[in-house]
Amino acid sequence: MGMTITEKIIAAHSGLKEAHPGQFVYANVDICLGNDITAPIAIEEFEKTGIKKVFDSEKIVLVPDHFTPNKDIKSAQQSKSLRVFAEKHHLKHYFEIGRMGIEHALLPEKGIVAPGDLVIGADSHTCTYGALGAFSTGVGSTDLAACFATGKVWLRVPESIKFVFHGKVKNWTSGKDLILYTIGKIGVDGALYKSMEFTGSAINHLPMDDRFAMCNMAIEAGAKSGIISPDKNTEDYIKGRVKKKSVMYQSDPDAHYTKTYEFNAEEISPQIALPSLPENTKPVEEVSGIKIDQVVIGSCTNGRISDLQIAAKILKGKKVHPSIRLIVIPATQEIYKQALQDGLIEIFIDAEAVVSTPTCGPCLGGHMGILAEGERALSTTNRNFVGRMGHPKSEIYLCSPAVAAASAITGKITPPDQILRN
Amino acid sequence: MTNEDMIKGKCWKFGNNINTDEIIPARYLNTTDTKELASHCMEDADPNFMKKTKAGDIIVAGDNFGCGSSREHAPIAIKAAGISCVIAKSFARIFFRNAINIGLPIFECPGAAEQIQEGDEVEVTLMNGEILNHTSKKRFKFEPFPQEMQEIIQAGGLMNFVKKKMAAV
Repeated sequence: MGMTITEKIIAAHSGLKEAHPGQFVYANVDICLGNDITAPIAIEEFEKTGIKKVFDSEKIVLVPDHFTPNKDIKSAQQSKSLRVFAEKHHLKHYFEIGRMGIEHALLPEKGIVAPGDLVIGADSHTCTYGALGAFSTGVGSTDLAACFATGKVWLRVPESIKFVFHGKVKNWTSGKDLILYTIGKIGVDGALYKSMEFTGSAINHLPMDDRFAMCNMAIEAGAKSGIISPDKNTEDYIKGRVKKKSVMYQSDPDAHYTKTYEFNAEEISPQIALPSLPENTKPVEEVSGIKIDQVVIGSCTNGRISDLQIAAKILKGKKVHPSIRLIVIPATQEIYKQALQDGLIEIFIDAEAVVSTPTCGPCLGGHMGILAEGERALSTTNRNFVGRMGHPKSEIYLCSPAVAAASAITGKITPPDQILRN
Repeated sequence: MTNEDMIKGKCWKFGNNINTDEIIPARYLNTTDTKELASHCMEDADPNFMKKTKAGDIIVAGDNFGCGSSREHAPIAIKAAGISCVIAKSFARIFFRNAINIGLPIFECPGAAEQIQEGDEVEVTLMNGEILNHTSKKRFKFEPFPQEMQEIIQAGGLMNFVKKKMAAV
């Protein structure tokens, strides 16, 4: 029997010819990642073992991005522990503010993850790198600490579910809408422990930024990973970025999938996930008119350059509604700089939006845009759980950058077509 | 936790998809102090949780317990709060591995999770793979963890397991 791309990558990293679902392996890790929330625990756990050296100073990536620039003294202490550890172990990939970005936008941009890699990260959205054709999964701090020591991770080989998107996305529909639609169909545990493999003509035509957004939210369906077979788009993206060897694995035609879903991408319109689970999705037309207080455009899901370009296209020459606070967060310094050079930042400022340095801040209710009791946010982030962005009695609606920008102008949830025809 | 262990306690019930933001909200993630994390355990799911529970109590939940973030602070807060174990219909996968890695006992048992009522006195015997509800007198069986995970649990968590393995090389 053939293997899926996921099974092939895990086998290759576990010294095996074949890997099949349910099998327990200790896999070699190409890159392991931690941030200012998860790495402090990993560092403490690693230091407690008394082991003097990390397994490889070039394969550990530390990005203080959640509460940075440090929001308070305690956060500063946590970031400091990363800095001290990075210096002590001569880590090649430590990213201080001013050089950093939101981790899951930063690592692909810097060419740290290559197709065919096996990546673990003490951050649930580590599944993002599946968009490059890597096996990539979120773990906890102790897993990260063990990886610091051994370079390995324990894994059960996941079963795979195939999602075929026929046709081509239309109008304002984006990768974010495809993944919200999918989560709406299968539920927040619809892919529990499994790998979600996205394929079909709509995916073949989908730009890399949209693919990142899709794989990023695989975790919101409970998945271990999301993955897209690398193709010409992937090759173009990694050119000039990835310096190491990459392997373009593809699933075999006779690979086994526990389930296959087929969707017509042409029928999927921009989606909204209503409070308080990402599975509560509806087409934007069905919920338009809901009044909002704050709009966030950014995060590891939708803070990339094409996300900002779409938002700017809609906001150009317009003003944010008087009752709305619009926060725009370019995901990395490089994206920020390009947005500046291309005039996007000027469009946002003229529209009366806040433009922030890269940070995860508001997405997890950390800082830079916390919600008060009874407030309602529309956000391009990935979770709308109770209290996620602030007060437990605030609400979050999730959407794409196009819907966020259109709604910021009107003050209520608005289909982008009503502002501008794409 | 070892196979000989027996866990007994009063149950507190929660629904489906209890996420890590409810277990330990991100506003408290600027510390790794386990006592401080424990003081906010389950705060956004039930603000009175820490006031009404005592050491040894058990959390019983529905599907997908611990979904969302990878924050290990979630199982750490539960463990440090003195909760003796979590019984659920199913666990989100990062929470599941975090619990194994830090030695918080968790049991996937849909029947028990469904039928146990809040306030029930429940006993879990690991060796038999059995949950006994003393209040309703009902017994439930659960599947033991695969051998490889048992080894991590037996070692007292992943870091002890790693130390043992590295010493053996």
